[in-house]
Amino acid sequence: MTILIQKGHIIDPSRGIDGIGDVLIENGKIKEVRIQNTEYRSQKSNPPLPPFSKGGRGGITNSELKTINAEGMFVIPGLIDMHVHLREPGFEYKETIKTGTAAAIRGGFTTVSCMPNTFPINDNASVTEFIIRKSLDGLCTVLPIGAITKGQKGKELVEMGTMKDEGCIAFSDDGLPVMNSLIMRRALEYSKAFGLPIISHCEDLTLSEDGVMSEGLLSMTLGLRGIPAEAEQIMVFRDILLAELTRGKLHIAHVSTEGSVKLIRDAKRRGVNVTAETCPHYFSLTEDAVRNYDTNAKVNPPLRTKKDIEAIKEGLKDGTIDVIATDHAPHHRDEKLREFDLAPSGISGLETALGLSMKLVDEGVLTINQLAEKMSLNPARILGLLTPHLSSLITGPKGTLAVGSDADITILDTEKEVTVEASKFVSKGKNTPFDGWVLKGVSLITISKGRIHEWQ
Amino acid sequence: MLDKKDLLGIKELSVENINSILDTAAGFKDVLGRDIKKVPTLRGKTAVNLFFEPSTRTRTSFELAAKRLSTDVINFSVPTSSVVKGESLIDTALTVQALGADFIIIRHSSAGVPHLLAKKLRASVINAGDGTNEHPTQALLDAFTIREKKGRIEGLDIALVGDIIHSRVAKSNIYGLTKLGAKVRLIGPPTLIPREMEDIGVVVFHSIEEGLKDVDVVMMLRIQMERQGKGFFPSTEEYSKNWGLTPERLLLAKDDAIVMHPGPMNRGIEISSEIADGPKSVILEQVTNGLAVRMAVMYLLAGVRK
Amino acid sequence: MPKELFNKKDIDRALTRMAHEIIEKNKGIDRLCLVGIQRGGVHLARRLSSKIKEIEKKEIPVGSLDIALYRDDLSIRKGQAVLRKTDVPFEITDFKIILVDDVLFTGRSIRAAMDALMDLGRPATIQLAVLIDRGHRELPIKADYVGKNIPTSLSENVEVQLEEEGLEDRIIIEKVGMKE
Repeated sequence: MTILIQKGHIIDPSRGIDGIGDVLIENGKIKEVRIQNTEYRSQKSNPPLPPFSKGGRGGITNSELKTINAEGMFVIPGLIDMHVHLREPGFEYKETIKTGTAAAIRGGFTTVSCMPNTFPINDNASVTEFIIRKSLDGLCTVLPIGAITKGQKGKELVEMGTMKDEGCIAFSDDGLPVMNSLIMRRALEYSKAFGLPIISHCEDLTLSEDGVMSEGLLSMTLGLRGIPAEAEQIMVFRDILLAELTRGKLHIAHVSTEGSVKLIRDAKRRGVNVTAETCPHYFSLTEDAVRNYDTNAKVNPPLRTKKDIEAIKEGLKDGTIDVIATDHAPHHRDEKLREFDLAPSGISGLETALGLSMKLVDEGVLTINQLAEKMSLNPARILGLLTPHLSSLITGPKGTLAVGSDADITILDTEKEVTVEASKFVSKGKNTPFDGWVLKGVSLITISKGRIHEWQ
Repeated sequence: MLDKKDLLGIKELSVENINSILDTAAGFKDVLGRDIKKVPTLRGKTAVNLFFEPSTRTRTSFELAAKRLSTDVINFSVPTSSVVKGESLIDTALTVQALGADFIIIRHSSAGVPHLLAKKLRASVINAGDGTNEHPTQALLDAFTIREKKGRIEGLDIALVGDIIHSRVAKSNIYGLTKLGAKVRLIGPPTLIPREMEDIGVVVFHSIEEGLKDVDVVMMLRIQMERQGKGFFPSTEEYSKNWGLTPERLLLAKDDAIVMHPGPMNRGIEISSEIADGPKSVILEQVTNGLAVRMAVMYLLAGVRK
Repeated sequence: MPKELFNKKDIDRALTRMAHEIIEKNKGIDRLCLVGIQRGGVHLARRLSSKIKEIEKKEIPVGSLDIALYRDDLSIRKGQAVLRKTDVPFEITDFKIILVDDVLFTGRSIRAAMDALMDLGRPATIQLAVLIDRGHRELPIKADYVGKNIPTSLSENVEVQLEEEGLEDRIIIEKVGMKE
């Protein structure tokens, strides 16, 4: 099948492209990108663009052609969410790979990497294989993240090499930290052999013990146990030092505090190989969202204060935080409709991420270019998706519109306003504190695995 | 007058609300002094005690209060265990409502549970204690007791002593007494008093001798033995030695100071027997007043539900 | 625009007459007591008591009765009735009680007052003294002693104003619209 996207505002940060033009796709690969004006900035390592030739589409070899009019919309490399919980195997009542990937597509994501805290845990090659097999029918690409330790118990490392061969693109014990510093050190060292990042869920469990929201005046007045910001910062600091010691590849998941941003900024300045992600709820809501014991706003790490929001926005702006990921955590309605203490943490985030992130563009915190970096290019870079893979799973580069890369495209309308309706989410998880919010920039068209998905 | 159908906490009450309850409670205390202690006012209504935490005193108090108003009472004691997978909280509450409950009096170990039920149920929800959040009727009866004994609350120096951080009684009292204009002090070890307390207008003392100087009311809180193993204080002996209320320490308060305790007491640990049984103690009156206050709460809430 | 029906002198004369009637009908003041219904009847009960004392040179017990908790309209009223003082500091069992109220209207307050009294003891008899009877009874209740009978319509309101409440002694009638 051949797809022609016309007159869109093309943004490809991997090659500094920013202009109105056309994108030609053939057989699931980018065949050609043509920009109308020569306003594009200098490219990186790819060969130069062919010059703009008047008329004709050139080079179309298939008879089946689908044209998309992208006038007034932005065309960017398909968004990559490097932190989602697809819940399968084991928790299919919350979400399945099928429903989760459909939700991803709805949210504009063409690739997701799923965390291993399933049941059984993805700590061995056969679970990895199961996930990959299930994902073949999914609407978007699924790249599994393996656990760091067996059973996520924090004691023994998993067979990273074997799991990489089966398809894992990173390792994380997410949901839990690796409390034992020696094991974390070993993980960072050992993973170097395979060139894969260790994604750390930074939480000192002894400090966060039983906590259900951010610690402070509000937690005291609500009578809820608080989690101090230091519970995150202590582990961020520790992991950074271990990354420095081992020269391993560290990626810090769901950054939520001002203190963590500062630590990461300093570490980067020192040249430590560390990258970081944050989630839309950490720059959109404060702890006030739980004031009425609303479990939809119960999340781990918890929602924090205005100061933390400001620091995270600053961190996104100056590059301290590389990625916006969702930490999509769907839960069944009954699980959230209960005592605040006992409700599971998590927000179903795939379908609101782009809209919430667009607010950053509106506020002038990020340009669309930078947004595309945070949600596509940087995740691709961190997960090693910019270069072609030899595994059967990923054939071509992602996170870029270079010729020959996978035709994963997100086309978005940044003017249209949509009211969030949780009950209509594609995901099984309707647990969101953003129900009723009016957001701009809901992806209108997502192209992935050779299929086009459109929404009004 | 009350303007919401539920009593979830002192935080949600205005000063007018609180005074309304206290004034009405005075009327009911009179009723309790008569031969026939019952009035037909809420005849035909049904109150359900939904207690997820064991409690005899509070539950009995609510039960009696309801009966004095000619209301029918059902007691639902749910065994507490997060391990026991049984009916969900919401299902239990909806079942109770289906039985025709007009009042649901709930005690639970998780903060926010009464708020959740209030949203989902038509009945009037009364919070009898939710985790470490609030225990509003206790604070109301404490305020009633103080007002009765001292004639007012505004301007009084009131000291709360003990495990503030885990005490919903303390929190409700702090909110209530500060709203009514009292000067509240907290006394106890730093591990038992949250840092944030000073942000809400109370003064914190770690020395009981300093804290009790010239106070009008001393409110003792129960030391929960379960807290001992977790680093909050090294031993009950140490706690008692430093923060126990002894007759010598009580002398530092005003001559006409009163001593209160929500019960049950650990005699000899946070309060000496001599004081508990002494002339300054109003501990037993608190119990009687509790009945009047709970009757007042139900009476006033019944007026909101129309 | 309220219209004055009775002035201070009218009220005083009516109360004097009622005091005489009470003593006459009960053949003296033996075992007699007055209980005023909050709020309107309380002051009137005290006034009646002083008049009786003037005549008989002896005091009889006076009490006040709050009927809020015995009302029959609790589920339809807009808000809860405010509780007032019930102060009957004497044994009423075997006594002859004169219930005193300012205005007798539907009779429901009197019904509630009788139930309240029954919970305090077992009176020998209960008689009713009211300053104004404005008609429109909804229950089979009759006053034994009446200051003045005033036929009214349901769109009117009768109010007794007394010095004890800080106003001038008088009785006024006013059009207010349908009784709720």
